[in-house]
Amino acid sequence: MDSSPSFTRTEEQIMLARTVRELLETHSDPDDIREMSLTLDAFDRDTWRNLAEMGVIGLHVPEVYGGAGYGFVEMAVVFEELGRRVTPVPLVSSFVASTAILAAATEEQRSSLLPSVASGDVVATLAVFEDAHGQPGDSMTTTATRRDGGWVLTGSKRFVTDAPVADLFIVAANVDGGVGLFAVSVDNEGVSVEPVPSLDGTRPLGTVTLSAAPLGTDAYLGGQPSPNAIREALDAGVVALAQEQVGGAQRCLEMSVEYAQSRYQFGRAIGSFQAIKHMCANMLVAVEHAKSVAWHAARSLDDPEEALIAVPLAKSVCSDAYLLVAGDAIQIHGGIGFTWEHDAHLYFKRAKSTSLLFGSLGAYRDRLGDALGA
Amino acid sequence: MTEHREQTVVADAIDRLIDSYPPATTEAKVFWGAQFDAGLAWVDFPEGHGGLGVSPKHREMVQRHLVEADAPTWNRTANVLGIGMGAGVLAAHGTDEQRMRWLRPMFTMDDIWCQLFSEPGAGSDVAGLSTRAERDGDEWIVNGQKVWTTLAHLAKWGLLVTRTDPDQPKHKGMTYFVVDMEAEGVEILPLYQITGEAEFNEVFFSDTRIPDDQRIDDVGAGWRVAMTTLMNERVAIGGNPVPRNHGAIGVAMDTWASSGTGDQATRRELVRLWGEVEAMRLTTLRASENMKAGVPGPEGSTGKLAWADLNKEVTSFTVSMLGLEGATIPEGYALEATTYDTREIERVMSPQRHFLRSRANSIEGGTSEIMRNILGERVLGLPGEPRVDKDLPWKEVPRG
Repeated sequence: MDSSPSFTRTEEQIMLARTVRELLETHSDPDDIREMSLTLDAFDRDTWRNLAEMGVIGLHVPEVYGGAGYGFVEMAVVFEELGRRVTPVPLVSSFVASTAILAAATEEQRSSLLPSVASGDVVATLAVFEDAHGQPGDSMTTTATRRDGGWVLTGSKRFVTDAPVADLFIVAANVDGGVGLFAVSVDNEGVSVEPVPSLDGTRPLGTVTLSAAPLGTDAYLGGQPSPNAIREALDAGVVALAQEQVGGAQRCLEMSVEYAQSRYQFGRAIGSFQAIKHMCANMLVAVEHAKSVAWHAARSLDDPEEALIAVPLAKSVCSDAYLLVAGDAIQIHGGIGFTWEHDAHLYFKRAKSTSLLFGSLGAYRDRLGDALGA
Repeated sequence: MTEHREQTVVADAIDRLIDSYPPATTEAKVFWGAQFDAGLAWVDFPEGHGGLGVSPKHREMVQRHLVEADAPTWNRTANVLGIGMGAGVLAAHGTDEQRMRWLRPMFTMDDIWCQLFSEPGAGSDVAGLSTRAERDGDEWIVNGQKVWTTLAHLAKWGLLVTRTDPDQPKHKGMTYFVVDMEAEGVEILPLYQITGEAEFNEVFFSDTRIPDDQRIDDVGAGWRVAMTTLMNERVAIGGNPVPRNHGAIGVAMDTWASSGTGDQATRRELVRLWGEVEAMRLTTLRASENMKAGVPGPEGSTGKLAWADLNKEVTSFTVSMLGLEGATIPEGYALEATTYDTREIERVMSPQRHFLRSRANSIEGGTSEIMRNILGERVLGLPGEPRVDKDLPWKEVPRG
């Protein structure tokens, strides 16, 4: 349970982190990120291509489906670096969608869908939520009906991450008395995507509407309802976001400390005042705790029993940690921290948004309570 | 010795000890004496002084094997101020004679030790202390008051820091002694606390005489020796990995289960707190893994502060979950010395009593404010507060 992989990163993982960080620091400019966050379809395609060339996008996808066949912890290293830079690339969406495909699809479907997702040529995302508070499955209205040996999908999916830039949607629909997943191309007849202004402009959101969209037989992943695959994919998403939260929070702490060392008021560096210093110390505690649970969640994804605790634990601890640290970062920076030209708001928005995506904090705390028998 | 060779030496010594003194049939004191003589008390100390002269990282292996063999190891908690701190001071600053005299009876629990640092006028700023020691031939005469002294009423020996030169700046004029707690002029009074009990004492020195051969290190070197003691204290407080649901959070979970209210908001808050405590626990595990791998990071420094804040929050929440029962205290209040030893405290305390006791967590062993200064300055590299007293002679520093 608390054993392998260990908390201490391997040489290979440290190298991977360094390589991704260097790539992002050289190719992803904060001014460009802020600029992109003004649009409804933020997507740094150059960085995406670079990540694809490094083989990072399909890092966790088995080699037979065109990926690199690594574990979740290697993916975790990458997400932490992306969270640190807040570069707009749809890797969380792609990771969640490919996890759903791996969990639900037949061998043929995996072989046909995953290689282009793993290579980054196709941007995939999971489309399961229909209203602001519902969980996938609760009172879902999207329905799949059989027609002419194929399928027709009708319904509307909201808060779909990276929908405005996605090529492939993995859509949850009522079918066969349960909830099944369907692979739907953005080019499919009857599919329309409406971008929705996102609180975190570096992660676009959208509504995907299916108006009697006709699909082939093979669009139905696994040919049967797969509620567990949805759970698994969302869990993977929560764990990916937890790493982002850690990377972002760590960066906020570093920015705050650098600023507190160099900003002088009353003839002293403001970091020499305990009011500021103690805020930084509290931020450090939050960041270190978040690192522990995020990594623990990543290494527990392959262990169903421990994941029941580790995944909602990561949501609970890392969300609160990031919200605290990103908020305090603005406070420590004072007026400049409130301006558009400073990076602090990118992190603050990311902190709030990641705490809400893939299910509420309350819902995950309820799950954690269930897992603990409380 | 190579690391592998050291490991073999230590492992052999453990095997011989357990073979010759089977824990099941050996009296604890006899076992500890044999453990000391085998060099397994503090393996990194020199041979003949309770050690084998190997790397301190083998301490963990000794502890693990002894626990597995069901050997008695509770001397480390019951005499923590001696074995956990005093021993390290004697190893680093003592003479051979001092080590020969004090280490073995300390380890066997024949002598209990206490620590005399804090004073009514020197808490967080312990270097400002004013207990005076004045030289008189081969002896020193001590006058002053110490406070928050754990175990003073049971102790034979005390680790004492005194002011010997008031004309020097505060860090320079101090000298460190081992004082006989049974000597004339030592008065020990229980200090009753928020719960009514007395875990700590006040200790008064009135013309108490200490032979010069009980001085540790040079005259004026007291602060340096005190720093060694405090470093050992931090190792003793932080960094012990515990099982899930250990301590206050386990009590909180049990309290929820037996309250039967089923209130949703209470449950979510409980689970949130459980998560924070688990994050702290995992951080301790991460710190110890990184330490073992030789890549220690900031995760090793956050435990004390996090624990103090969380323990206060969790115990308070537990009392709230009790409803009106939380407005009672089952044990009642009585002014009395602590009757149970430290191994038993968590098991016998009611949640209400634990709640009251927890207020000290952010004060004892370094206040949370001092811990935040340390994290801010030593871990994050923020500048220190301007110091007005640093270069002033101690006697000119304002006090109150």
